[in-house]
Amino acid sequence: MDVNKNSYTFIFAIIMVVVVGLMLSAAAISLKPMQDENVKQEKMQDILSTIGFSKDDTPRSKAAEIFPDYVKEQIILDVNGNEVEGEAFKVDLAKEVKKSRDEQNWPLYIAEKEGATYYVIPLRGKGLWGPIWGYISLESDINTVYGASFDHKTETPGLGAEINKGFFQDQFIGKKIMKDGSFVSIAVVKSGASGMYEVDGISGGTITSVGVDNMLQECISFYMPYFAKLESGQMSMNAE
Amino acid sequence: MSTELQEVVKEKEGLFSKKNRKLLTAPLDDDNPITVQVLGICSALAITVKLEPAIVMSLSVFFVLGVGNVVISLMRNAIPNRIRIIVQLVVVASLVILVDQVLKAFVYDVSKQLSVFVGLIITNCIIMGRFEAFALANNPWRSFLDGVGNAAGYAWILITVAFFRELLGSGQLFEIPIFGVATAGSETGLYTMGYVNNGLMLLPPMALITVGIIIWVQRARNRQLIEEN
Repeated sequence: MDVNKNSYTFIFAIIMVVVVGLMLSAAAISLKPMQDENVKQEKMQDILSTIGFSKDDTPRSKAAEIFPDYVKEQIILDVNGNEVEGEAFKVDLAKEVKKSRDEQNWPLYIAEKEGATYYVIPLRGKGLWGPIWGYISLESDINTVYGASFDHKTETPGLGAEINKGFFQDQFIGKKIMKDGSFVSIAVVKSGASGMYEVDGISGGTITSVGVDNMLQECISFYMPYFAKLESGQMSMNAE
Repeated sequence: MSTELQEVVKEKEGLFSKKNRKLLTAPLDDDNPITVQVLGICSALAITVKLEPAIVMSLSVFFVLGVGNVVISLMRNAIPNRIRIIVQLVVVASLVILVDQVLKAFVYDVSKQLSVFVGLIITNCIIMGRFEAFALANNPWRSFLDGVGNAAGYAWILITVAFFRELLGSGQLFEIPIFGVATAGSETGLYTMGYVNNGLMLLPPMALITVGIIIWVQRARNRQLIEEN
């Protein structure tokens, strides 16, 4: 048979596309449930890592197991700090950040460990090459940072990609986000961080560090109306 | 360069005849895809900051090039000449996506490492180059050997470059500190004597220079490679 005939070329191309298409979609569909489960477990692992369960000691499967024991409440908030109906864990931040700020809904995870309450705030922002995200947990005074975890999709290995390493994340522990009662966030500065409101960025990873800085500023500020309500609520409760 | 490899093979040749062994060994030195043919440079620059990703990338190329070469070779008499490049692209792309999907489901942590490289593997010129120059004209076994050989030639350069870049750039190997702790204020080991990591090694230009040094050393040792001029 002449493999260079036009008709043969067309038939070959069509068969090839159909076969490859079927093969890949079959693989994608059949593996999807397992992939989703992995992503879910990783998210739980990330959230738990901000309240003191290090990723090394808490593998993904264990994280999924103990997650409900510690994360007691999951709520969705709008820009005014009102609760919205829905399943917080399923909120896709990648989609939320594309909406205008007034229409965004962000989840908040409220965790309890050894009698203390922690508020775990999800973060999402832009790095140098792609999205960066993470979680930061606040102690019940809604000021002191208890833990932080960051991750990225495609930051430069050895430079921006270092944001998911312990040496960077651990700097946040004990830092404050409020100054004289108003929100100031934590700045990621170019070395020489001092005081309660600054951490060191990564040398050579400036754009990613700036991305983390902006992400903290934008994402945590979203929760401020809710926290304000919470505090006034607590005060009125104390007054009674 | 590869014309002598494309001769028709006689039927009764042993699996590891001298000629077949040559397919495995030539890409390591005389016919190295990176240092002699200067292919696949883009990925060699992009992912050699640390050893671990370089090794993961090498393993993926082993798989894709080995299997891809066999697949193309099996289809070589059926592929219409005019769309052969597209067919090659489809084979590489579907292999890579398939591997990525399987890894995501079963070894999620490895797949996170790999996600950056999926695009890099598809565009790796070595792979298309071997499909086009070798697999289309040779039987599956020889194509397989050629694929493995070229992947090995690619891998050793990648790993050598990554070794020096991680060691001199971050003072680590596989993220384990070699020269002591560099953190300002609490230095140990070499750093107490004023040693400083070379930040330039972390940037892509140093990969090019490192590859250049390897090419220089290789040509100094192997005179055949020097072009007459």
